Amino acid sequence: MDPIQPQNASAKPFDRRDGGLVLAHILFAFGALLLGGIAGVLQGMVRGGVLTLPAGIGYYQLLTAHGVLMALIFTTFFIIGFLYSGLSHTTGGSLLSVVRRGAWAGFGLMAFGTVLGTILILLNKATVLYTFYAPMKASPYFYVALVFVVVGSWISGWGVFYQYRYWKKTHSGKLTPLFAFMAVITMLLWQVATLGVAAEVLLQLIPWSFGWVETVNVLLSRTLFWYFGHPLVYFWLLPTYICWYVIIPKLIGGRIYSDALARLSFLLLFLFSIPVGFHHQLMEPGISSEWKFLQVILTFMVVVPSLMTAFSLFATFELSGRAKGATGLFGWVKTLPWKDVRFFAPFMGMLVFIPAGAGGLINASNQMDAVVHNTLWVTGHFHLTVATSVALTFFGIAYWLLPVVTNRVLTPRINKLGLIQTILWCVGMFFMSGSMHTVGLLGSPRRTAYTTYDNHPDAVLWMPYHVAMAIGGMILFAAVLLMIYNLLALLKAPKGHTDYPIGEPMEPEAATPRILERWSLWLGITVVLILIAYTIPVMEMIQGGGPGSTGYKTW
Amino acid sequence: MHIHRLEKIWLAFGMAMLAVFLLVIGVSAFAMGMAPPTSHAHDHKIDPAQVKTTAPFDKPGLRQTGDHEYEAVMTAFTFGYSPNRMEVPAGSTVHFTITSSDVVHGFEIPGTNVNMMILPGEINHATYTFTKPGEYLVLCNEYCGAAHEWMKTVIVVK
Repeated sequence: MDPIQPQNASAKPFDRRDGGLVLAHILFAFGALLLGGIAGVLQGMVRGGVLTLPAGIGYYQLLTAHGVLMALIFTTFFIIGFLYSGLSHTTGGSLLSVVRRGAWAGFGLMAFGTVLGTILILLNKATVLYTFYAPMKASPYFYVALVFVVVGSWISGWGVFYQYRYWKKTHSGKLTPLFAFMAVITMLLWQVATLGVAAEVLLQLIPWSFGWVETVNVLLSRTLFWYFGHPLVYFWLLPTYICWYVIIPKLIGGRIYSDALARLSFLLLFLFSIPVGFHHQLMEPGISSEWKFLQVILTFMVVVPSLMTAFSLFATFELSGRAKGATGLFGWVKTLPWKDVRFFAPFMGMLVFIPAGAGGLINASNQMDAVVHNTLWVTGHFHLTVATSVALTFFGIAYWLLPVVTNRVLTPRINKLGLIQTILWCVGMFFMSGSMHTVGLLGSPRRTAYTTYDNHPDAVLWMPYHVAMAIGGMILFAAVLLMIYNLLALLKAPKGHTDYPIGEPMEPEAATPRILERWSLWLGITVVLILIAYTIPVMEMIQGGGPGSTGYKTW
Repeated sequence: MHIHRLEKIWLAFGMAMLAVFLLVIGVSAFAMGMAPPTSHAHDHKIDPAQVKTTAPFDKPGLRQTGDHEYEAVMTAFTFGYSPNRMEVPAGSTVHFTITSSDVVHGFEIPGTNVNMMILPGEINHATYTFTKPGEYLVLCNEYCGAAHEWMKTVIVVK
């Protein structure tokens, strides 16, 4: 298939002001990816014993920068840019001016927080990793920087809600655009989830790091963090699913399998993302087994929307292939546009999501977790999920989104480089994540600098895997550089119109039930689930709370 | 809402598998006592600043509690464990009782299922029967500061 669209002079170009907003978010995101990538490749080389850092730079400092810039900054900026682009396109062709102003304010706050936080990390004043575990005490201004990032993202979220409500009001009785609906769920999840980390930072970490209170309740701080920390990964995943559900069908020349099922699966992902944080704390004291098990059950409920998603995607692939005349059980595979990076990159992300999801089931099982908890297995797991499934999908989006918002076209040359970039990424990740999974099963810990534990025979045997990880990391870094090159090339690509690829449902006449947009109902169920899963354990943590911990700077 | 027949079958199969899986985990956790390490929030508190003077952590070490049965009272701190070496005969069951005197640490024995978090202010427990002789590495698997990678101790099984 030819990935290049013909120039279409009559098509309406993307709103120029919205284009600038989207572009700013995307470029900021990839700037963070580049810095985070540099930190990542250095880490891999240190861990593999290939490199000793020059004096003054700490391994854990790099690890903090890598985690914060990749997991928090790259993702959040990209997601907000992507959601606003789709919102602008599907709800009338431009954002309301109040929404656009809010989004710029959000961008400004987040960018300021990012710069402040990054400086503090580089000054070695906040080497507490992106999970900032108390009672390790960073500079109070690091926590303040986080507040700027989170509050900025809230304001951007409110803009999404406002635009959606305005569209609904002015189109009464009409079904809201699927992309806008999914954007609302993504931002709603983010607002509910970040309440946990906001409470931790505002009520616990900031007063304590400034010295206004003496001690911090460590168990409570971890629980509030993980209340946020798991939905955080869903916040990465939902925009990925938006691409898979809404964009991909259009790119392959097919249709969305079912509008209603897509909405239902997003609602289920929303419900079952938040009351599950204890599965990150299975090996911890202070939370009884019954409460842990309840959250394990709720965690596994995510299997249902995941299976729905898998079914819908492959149904779309198969049905569109058959419509093009494919025959036999798997004949449709050949009809997919394999040479189009906008499809190929997200598709590789989908494929990787199958083993990644299976690994997640293992992590969340309360006994199997004991084998892999805090080992490199876990690091391998989220390098498959967020760093491959999510990242490759985001890369795939960038290949058409940048041309859309800048009124340019994807050239065959950039498309080809994109295919190479995707393959490089998969190969690098195969080595890195594969070694991480294997050596994690053997017991090698995560978040640990180069060590052989005084040449303990077990630890010495881990070394070849660590070297393989370093090689994978170097391949991945080459892929990051190529990605950055491709983006810069896209910014200079020839002018021309690129369509925003929004898929249409297979049976538009099959009415989508209105109950799927009864927000009070879904938000209410979420609140009830959260109260059931957290009220009693958190009360125990507060009431039974001992003297608490003073702060330590151990780096 | 219309749901295709094949999708109904697919989802029903998935949910049935899920139920079986959760049942297996639940039964093994609660009926067979294979729940992950934990303690109740209310009865395992300790003042993290007073660990060195609070029994039993004022005297960390190995105590024999029965035939081939030991209690290992331990503390974790930056960047080590106390005691820093323990010896038990092969076939011994060791009950670990451990807390932290400063930041959060990990406690992992590679090659076994012993793996737990050590939180200041909380006491955690794990039990393991060492059948094979050898030198077992105990390492910290939660980042705790600049020399985290050096934090370890050993259990020698003879």
